[in-house]
Amino acid sequence: MFAYIAKRLLMMVGVVLGVVFVVFTIMYITPGDPAEIMLGETATYAEKETLREQLGLNEPFLVQFGNYSKNLFLRGDLGISYTTKQSVSSEILERFPTTLMLAVLGVAVAVGIGIPLGIISAIRQYTVFDNISLVLALTGVSMPNFWQGMMMIILFSVWLGWFPSSGFNTPLHWLMPALTIGTSSAAMIMRMTRSSMLEVVRQDYICTARAKGLKESTVIIKHALRNSLIPVITVAGLQFGALLGGSVITESIFSIPGVGKLMVDAVKQRNGPMVQGGVLFTAIIFSFVNLFVDIVYTYIDPRIRSQYSRKAKKGRKAPHE
Amino acid sequence: MFFEIKDLSIHYSTGGNTFKAVNHIDLSVEKGQTIGLVGETGAGKTSTALGIMNLVPNPPGRIVSGEILLEGKDILKMSKIETRRVRGNRISMIFQDPMTSLNPTITVGEQLSEVIRVHQKASKIEATLKAKEMLETVGISGDRYGEYPHQFSGGMKQRVVISMALACNPELLIADEPTTALDVTIQAQVLELMKKLKNDFDASMLMITHDLGVVAEICDSVAIMYAGEIIEFGSLEDIFDSPSHPYTVLLFGCVPDIDSDVKRLTPIEGLMPDPSRLPEGCHFYPRCPKRIPICAGEAPVNVEIGDGHKVKCFLFGKGAALN
Repeated sequence: MFAYIAKRLLMMVGVVLGVVFVVFTIMYITPGDPAEIMLGETATYAEKETLREQLGLNEPFLVQFGNYSKNLFLRGDLGISYTTKQSVSSEILERFPTTLMLAVLGVAVAVGIGIPLGIISAIRQYTVFDNISLVLALTGVSMPNFWQGMMMIILFSVWLGWFPSSGFNTPLHWLMPALTIGTSSAAMIMRMTRSSMLEVVRQDYICTARAKGLKESTVIIKHALRNSLIPVITVAGLQFGALLGGSVITESIFSIPGVGKLMVDAVKQRNGPMVQGGVLFTAIIFSFVNLFVDIVYTYIDPRIRSQYSRKAKKGRKAPHE
Repeated sequence: MFFEIKDLSIHYSTGGNTFKAVNHIDLSVEKGQTIGLVGETGAGKTSTALGIMNLVPNPPGRIVSGEILLEGKDILKMSKIETRRVRGNRISMIFQDPMTSLNPTITVGEQLSEVIRVHQKASKIEATLKAKEMLETVGISGDRYGEYPHQFSGGMKQRVVISMALACNPELLIADEPTTALDVTIQAQVLELMKKLKNDFDASMLMITHDLGVVAEICDSVAIMYAGEIIEFGSLEDIFDSPSHPYTVLLFGCVPDIDSDVKRLTPIEGLMPDPSRLPEGCHFYPRCPKRIPICAGEAPVNVEIGDGHKVKCFLFGKGAALN
């Protein structure tokens, strides 16, 4: 198992190198002059030229990339943001806890609503409940975040006055953004749980469990659920990873200072170091979430576990009599 | 009578079609007896077994008529709780495919001790001890309690399933083709084990199979099933020495005999009828080499042709007279 994790971490190095190169190249060839954006349209050519010289933007591509890589890999320095003149890493880290919180809440909403409803609609297949949950799921997936967020603000903040419409300081602030972000994932997870569950309850071992005289609830929760979780965990993990990269729309609607907004602003301002730092950071987080999901698999399914630790048990031969 | 099936019918309905999987079967099992239920694939054997446990998947399946009496009490009329007390405890079942009948994500030991905990007032530790003991009974080391099904071979899995079925000392054991999915060499082992344990645990057994060799090995009486009906029933000797229903006779023609020099086996012409469009009259009539006019229009009833040897065929009784 540890060997497996080590291998995966090693592979992550490759991911990081790839991401650094690709993002740097894209930012380099993207039209738009950071100096002009920073100084404004009124700046003279000489002023802009001086700034470009300062930022090293006049160097050839390979030199620029070399300098960036040297700072990054030797000193762990992501550079200075063009706009705020602060270090990129401190800006990201300052905003990351908020994004993390939002992502965790979003996934919690998604899983907390999606899995139970999915189970129920599977065991009550083709009943009224199943149909209603299908409609809910369709609605959930179809509602765009910006619309849902604004509708919730109108309803809960403006009309009812229950929740604050902006900020992210107290649990009261968290609820609406979490719901906004989690609804579509909840719908997806619900449908995924349902179909996976439907497949599992047809398996022979479920019949065995029933033939043992177990309660139906035990059959479903103990015997069926665990076996149907793999695809659900996959979806939830991907959603979580995506949310960790920040969710621009939700952050904008509720004025939440998260990574998503930071990144979009950086792109608009051709703020190279900021974009590279942000993408790299997101990529690393995403890789870790994937690794985490893969480790969770091994806890759910022992067959996967034994694949990862092939040499774990010495002395036990292949399972033949 | 310890266990009786009366007039059991099971239908499956999908897309407007009704598949009559089991049609009015009667069967009884005495204490300690082993009855073989023999038939081709699709004859309704497994449906019958699931019916006994009241486990027919609904939808699409439905038990449309019948009684299943365990010491006079109808399982089909029991409350959910009562049914659960019967399942795995008084009647237990061994499924066809050991590869899929164990839960891949739960340890073998837990799957075994679970059934003990449900039916016997046993603490977790007691159940664990009992489970290990059961594993030893079927020849698997108790140390393997904490291992998962994928760490066992097919034959061992089936032995685990058997130990699970016997864990609560059931009165009736239903074995649904317990050896079909196994290697021939392992088949003999498993059969031997089942035979021994059945006697040790003093259980009755309903052995579902399409393998006449298995029947000869293990059964006291045999019921031959065709298109959802039991068409012939008798003791092992009755069926093997004087098979009477044309279908039974043909069935034996499909089995190679090591003593006689036969160039070709004789397969039964045609196919089992579609259970959604069963022929009128005798279901076997279209394939029967000995058919007589009456077979097409009227369903034959059971005729007793010997002590306990019953045949559903017009060549005997009423039809014979007409003939």
